[in-house]
Amino acid sequence: MGLVYFFPILWMFLTSLKTELQAIAIPPLLFFEPTFENFTLIQERSDYFKHALNSVATSFGGTAIAMALAIPAAYAMATAPGRWTKDLLLWMLSTKMLPAVGVLMPIYLIVQKLGLLDTRLALAVIFAMVNLPIVVWMLFSYFREIPAEVVEASRIDCRRTRDTIRHVVVPLGWGGIASTALLSVVLCWNEAFWSINLTAADAGTLAALVASFSSPEGLFWAKVSAVSVLACAPIMVLGWFCQKQLVQGLTFGAVK
Amino acid sequence: MKNNTGKQMLAATVSSLLAIAPVTGAFADLTIATVNNGHMIEMQKLTKHFEDKTGIKVNWVTLEEGVLRQRVTTDISTKGGQFDIMTIGMYEAPIWGAKGWLEELDFGAAYDVDDILPAMRGGLSADGKLYAAPFYGESSMIMYRKDLVDRAGMEMPDNPSWGHVRDVAAAIHNPPNVYGVCLRGKPGWGDNMAFITTVANSFGARWFDEEWKPQLDSPAWNHAVSFYVDLLGTYGPPGSSSNSFNEILALYNEGKCGMWIDATIAASFITDPKQSKVADKIAFAQSPIAVTKRGANWLWAWALAVPAGTKQAADAKRFIEWATSKEYIELVAENNGWGSVPTGTRSSTYANRNFLQAASFADAELKAILSADPSNSTLDPTPYTGVQFASIPEFQAIGVEAGKQMSAALAGNISVEEALANAQNAADREMRKAGYY
Repeated sequence: MGLVYFFPILWMFLTSLKTELQAIAIPPLLFFEPTFENFTLIQERSDYFKHALNSVATSFGGTAIAMALAIPAAYAMATAPGRWTKDLLLWMLSTKMLPAVGVLMPIYLIVQKLGLLDTRLALAVIFAMVNLPIVVWMLFSYFREIPAEVVEASRIDCRRTRDTIRHVVVPLGWGGIASTALLSVVLCWNEAFWSINLTAADAGTLAALVASFSSPEGLFWAKVSAVSVLACAPIMVLGWFCQKQLVQGLTFGAVK
Repeated sequence: MKNNTGKQMLAATVSSLLAIAPVTGAFADLTIATVNNGHMIEMQKLTKHFEDKTGIKVNWVTLEEGVLRQRVTTDISTKGGQFDIMTIGMYEAPIWGAKGWLEELDFGAAYDVDDILPAMRGGLSADGKLYAAPFYGESSMIMYRKDLVDRAGMEMPDNPSWGHVRDVAAAIHNPPNVYGVCLRGKPGWGDNMAFITTVANSFGARWFDEEWKPQLDSPAWNHAVSFYVDLLGTYGPPGSSSNSFNEILALYNEGKCGMWIDATIAASFITDPKQSKVADKIAFAQSPIAVTKRGANWLWAWALAVPAGTKQAADAKRFIEWATSKEYIELVAENNGWGSVPTGTRSSTYANRNFLQAASFADAELKAILSADPSNSTLDPTPYTGVQFASIPEFQAIGVEAGKQMSAALAGNISVEEALANAQNAADREMRKAGYY
């Protein structure tokens, strides 16, 4: 099963080491003399590090904004659920079902009027908004697992709600918060639609860089594979190092 | 650790927010939106010569073709101002020029505007004014495997009849090693419909009559599409309904296609031994015809234009003047050889001996480009210009819908009659909505 999941990544990596002619060979080549020319060509033709930096900034920035909004929202819904909490959560999730292209023009115009086209700030805010429903849902599930008695007791010690969140809820739900943040970073990193449509020369992310290697007239599979490897590598490394926290957080409360 | 959690979160948040602080747009630079193809990439590499000469810095934004159209349309219609130079095609240039969305291009005598091939210049102008300068141009032609055709004892003359093309395809068809003919089938106004329109033109069909009424339900369209579906279904590779230029290029370079009728630009790829296994076995002929030669081969150019409203129009025009000049073509030749220069734009390129020696396809390409006439591309008169498209804003939507229908007919999901009736309805609806009648 693991091999089935891993095969596309393996194939992408192998294709990135082929020439364009080897990449289109029928039947596909498994054994060949590897070349790194696609990787050098990518750096020659574009600024990989600039795009990578934009990806890092927008992913972490977007996640920070989403977490700042979602933690208080999820806390309120988890600790003091009202009559409409479930409906509200479902409504939030339903916004994820709206095709992004349906709101492209209004968002494009808003960003343009604000003078934020081709900026990392615009992308980070949009990434945050796009991921907010999932982030709130996940945090809501984690915060609900925190015993109500603990939260109530903390209200006696902490005068303000924000102190309760800061000193009790966040430390107790740290595993869940970390895994939610990680998932949000991954989702932001992989977001392509808004990156391609709202950026030009300055704020393009790695997803936009990958898309730029598709060609209407000419072979490009090997080059796209190489740039995809470079785009996936940082997030795969991050995922590898954080897999313990990620699994821990995602399974938090699952067996209760 | 837990006591520090709040501080850690705050630090992470602040540093993340600092990282996304707006990057101030460097308005002194030129930003060019372009597609990713060999000639454009070469221009990107050589731009340092322009930068050194003028001190103007150029930023490149490379986009996938469909995204490029969407982005530049959005940018120009909302006056977004993200791009100072746009790569547009022969479809957009006259429409946008007439709307006042593009700056007129008027270069000095040294540029030698009369050297630009008349078909290209005409196709990129509106009301006699040039709105985009061609960077490279193309028509369509037959690119066939001479070794296979010779072995089959057949010949491939210029402008053969479609019946002859079918006979040749039958003679060299030897699946799964070689398929008789490879043609575009992937839906899209610039994909399958570009090719199908040339077939339809040669069968005497037209998109609209003089009153702008769609003509897809005419017998000529039926004959053309029936022939196309039968030819490609019988002698084409499996899965043709999802093949366009790149997919067929891959098949051709692998030696799987006996014949290919497509953009002349393909000739430079399939005759390149680094890319193609059959580079030395290829010959060219002019496009097939049925009842007329008119519109049997298309005409297209990728061109550079300046959107109206850019703050750097003068610098942008200066760049375009450099990038589409004779000197630029010589610069490419100096760096990469005459076989790599952008073609299909200037008469002087085809008069250059070095180029003619390096490009075996040069004669056939020039002949195809010169024979394409966007203002007279159908047997019966029409109110529109364009060979493989009608140069009106509504065509894009009509062409996309018709492309889906033709692709479905090719895949065998619906009949040719059904596909044409659906396309006719869609076109009729679109034209009524736009107030043509």
